[in-house]
Amino acid sequence: MGNKIEVSNLNFYYGKAQALYDISLAVPEREVVAFIGPSGCGKSTFLRTLNRMNDTIPSARVDGTVTIDGRNIYAPDTDVVSLRRRVGMVFQKSNPFPKSIFENVAYGIRINRIHQNKADLAERVEKALRDAALWDEVKDRLNESAYGISGGQQQRLCIARALAVQPDIILMDEPASALDPIATQKIEELVVELKNNYSIVIVTHNMQQAARVSDKTAFFMLGKLIEYNSTQKMFTSPDEKLTEDYITGRFG
Amino acid sequence: MENRIIDHQLGRLKDRILLLGGATETALNRAMESLAKRNSELAQKVLDEDKIINEMELEIDRMSVEIIALHQPAAHDLRFVIAVAKITPILERIADHACNIAESALILNTEPPIKEHVDLSRMAQVAAEMLRSALDAFTAEDSEVSRRVIERDKEIDEGYHRVFGELLESMIDDPTTTTSAAHLLFVAKHLERIGDYVKDICELNVYLREAVFIKHSPKN
Repeated sequence: MGNKIEVSNLNFYYGKAQALYDISLAVPEREVVAFIGPSGCGKSTFLRTLNRMNDTIPSARVDGTVTIDGRNIYAPDTDVVSLRRRVGMVFQKSNPFPKSIFENVAYGIRINRIHQNKADLAERVEKALRDAALWDEVKDRLNESAYGISGGQQQRLCIARALAVQPDIILMDEPASALDPIATQKIEELVVELKNNYSIVIVTHNMQQAARVSDKTAFFMLGKLIEYNSTQKMFTSPDEKLTEDYITGRFG
Repeated sequence: MENRIIDHQLGRLKDRILLLGGATETALNRAMESLAKRNSELAQKVLDEDKIINEMELEIDRMSVEIIALHQPAAHDLRFVIAVAKITPILERIADHACNIAESALILNTEPPIKEHVDLSRMAQVAAEMLRSALDAFTAEDSEVSRRVIERDKEIDEGYHRVFGELLESMIDDPTTTTSAAHLLFVAKHLERIGDYVKDICELNVYLREAVFIKHSPKN
């Protein structure tokens, strides 16, 4: 399969401070790529360059290119709203809207006018909830507040919300770090399931999680991409000593 | 910086496998000595002490499982635990072969001595040297030395074929030597197997160092 995302010579600055140095990396279609590295290494910043979430920071500046399906997302004619629809994002802390479970998922479909009628909307909400492995747990309480479900369920609701607007790519920033082991396992199983249809990039501090769910792993340190290899290679015999030292807990 | 919790555990694991390696070397050397010097007491000692080796194997198995379960080793740490877990039963089997040699010695020592077989002592010497080098190479994680030790297995195999031919001749020429010759043949076979096992250890040394499995590879 080809590459979904291709990043070439990307540099990123917060004002005068450079946060990312000359990053080049490709995310293959329908694979899971994990970003690992110590706190402050730039992995989340890099993740956010992939759907231009950093645009909201006034002093932020990017050079280099990020192409999705061959088109540079930093080209002046890029429609950022439609970009973020195609590149969904799930955050560390689940952030459902103060609305019902149904409305949380329906929201994006409505504002993007994806649905044809009310029945179609209901179908799309159901499909997104099923794809997020949440349907069976909430189907009888769709009109209840999203705040009434557990943290793990809220996180899957956020994934359903991202899926509802039909993205191609899902970015996940520490999606399971606030969850208990069972809820974490559900998210991980979901990630593996979702890669049949989506390209997924996941930032995680949990090394075993990266090892379990991803096909490829990128290790970042001090804003640089140190090594990018198959996950199997990274966790059994990485090429770089820095990677070895990090994944075996010698620093970080 | 080597002050991780896992370093302490890996260090203990290394100590244990080196003790097992030392005990295995001693068992092999004593078994051959009991044969060469017709010392049945020494042969019996090899047999008696085998249970210590078996206990060491179980202890290393337990420690390896514990490290994997509790410390989730990765990269070199993981290869180290895997290599130890795979080398341990090989050492235990080498010690079993040493016991088998000691058992043959107990019988041979009651039979009239037959002529000395130069090739058999040569085989034993090569096997002991190979085992020592393999354990040193494990400690030093030296894959070059390990590859050289693997090459030496041919010397043992050639020795085995010569000893086999000689003992067969001796049985035909003088049927009264049949019991002794048959037991010496077993000894030669045990030494030949030990050569193969040492080769397996060296292949794991290469895995530990280079993260490649060379076992069953064509050039090996």
